[in-house]
Amino acid sequence: MIKTDVVIVGAGPVGLFAVHQLGIKGLKSEVIDNLDKAGGQCIELYPDKPIYDIAGIPECTGEELTNNLLDQIKPFKTNFHFNERVQEINSEGDNWIIKTSQNKVFSSPNIIIAGGVGSFEPRRLSVKDAEKYEGKNIFYSISDKNMFKNKKISIFGGGDSALDWALELSKIAKVTLIHRREEFRGAPHTLNQIKKEGKVDIKTKFQLSSISGKNNIESINIKNDDGKETEVKTDYILSFFGLIMKLGPITEWGLNMDKKTIKVNTENFETNKKGIFAIGDICTYPGKLKLILSGFHEGALASVECFKRARPNEKYRFEFTTSSKEIQARLGIKTK
Amino acid sequence: MPKITYIDSTGEQRTIDVQKGLSVMEGAIQNKIPGIDADCGGGMACATCHVYVKEEWFNKLPKVEDGEQDMIDMAFEPKKNSRLSCQLIVSDELDGMVVTTPSKQT
Repeated sequence: MIKTDVVIVGAGPVGLFAVHQLGIKGLKSEVIDNLDKAGGQCIELYPDKPIYDIAGIPECTGEELTNNLLDQIKPFKTNFHFNERVQEINSEGDNWIIKTSQNKVFSSPNIIIAGGVGSFEPRRLSVKDAEKYEGKNIFYSISDKNMFKNKKISIFGGGDSALDWALELSKIAKVTLIHRREEFRGAPHTLNQIKKEGKVDIKTKFQLSSISGKNNIESINIKNDDGKETEVKTDYILSFFGLIMKLGPITEWGLNMDKKTIKVNTENFETNKKGIFAIGDICTYPGKLKLILSGFHEGALASVECFKRARPNEKYRFEFTTSSKEIQARLGIKTK
Repeated sequence: MPKITYIDSTGEQRTIDVQKGLSVMEGAIQNKIPGIDADCGGGMACATCHVYVKEEWFNKLPKVEDGEQDMIDMAFEPKKNSRLSCQLIVSDELDGMVVTTPSKQT
């Protein structure tokens, strides 16, 4: 069991800055995120798109912001637990016991939920029987490409994942690449390479309409805009339609919810449960704006209440980073 | 105020007044119209405010940008008349527009 002052759920920009605000108050936090790296929506949805409304930074991309925030919290040597989702929470006295999908257990007086719009999951196919074949004949990511050797593969999508895998797997398998329009979003040079090698059967303006098979997929039907159907013999379907955000188990924690967001007290961003806070896109209150800058403020206020709960016998003293020797020591700054 | 009609996948119609300058997505969210999730809040980053725009109105809309088209690729059952409602800004010209929401958003 890992004991800590605060467990932060979500390693997006707001979760990362919360580490900072807690860190300068001398609090240790552990961060859990379902993705394999920090950055949240900034990294998954718009790594290259410039952001223009971070105070004091005229322009930066999602990736730059994430890297800068990681730099800023480096002195606190925070542990990140990636590829894990918080599954279950239970109260034990004044503490919360937090269990993840990898069966890691944490004990902490505070949980800060900075979960954005939920954890990212691959967008799943929704045609009939798709569920039956998922993990067996339908995949949303690839761990071992050798299983596709000499097989018939139908790849769906128009982005880089679809193009990269079409090109790669065409070396060892019979690949059909299916996309709903003629333009591909993925890198043009990959598409050119695929066309040059001529091994991939490209079917544009088609979408999946049905799957046929018994224990395994045998064929699929694809439909074009005019409703014309074509059969494609298929052993495996690879579907690359990006990620969606799902709230997951958070909805079962007994928090006051408003649709997909959690209601908070704006004094300290605490939810209806003592010691559970919500900040960033996932929290709601009158006038809430889903901006990164709002999340930074929310984290700062939540960190004060976290301090009071983690250090019940100490008095919280408000200090500035410019003048506090204590904060500067925590930041590893050598003072004269 | 311009009127926008939202038809859900079961055929139920809801016509509401949406202030000029708001998006068709915001009109739906503010009036609790089901069928539009808008997870990313209007950033053209999630495709969960996907709608089908009635033909006669579709042609009156400003052209789809690449970024929007890329997101529509990922939407549930995209069609020729698919748009992201966060990109449709309500104006007098669009008074009376009819949009249909897909049977689901993810």
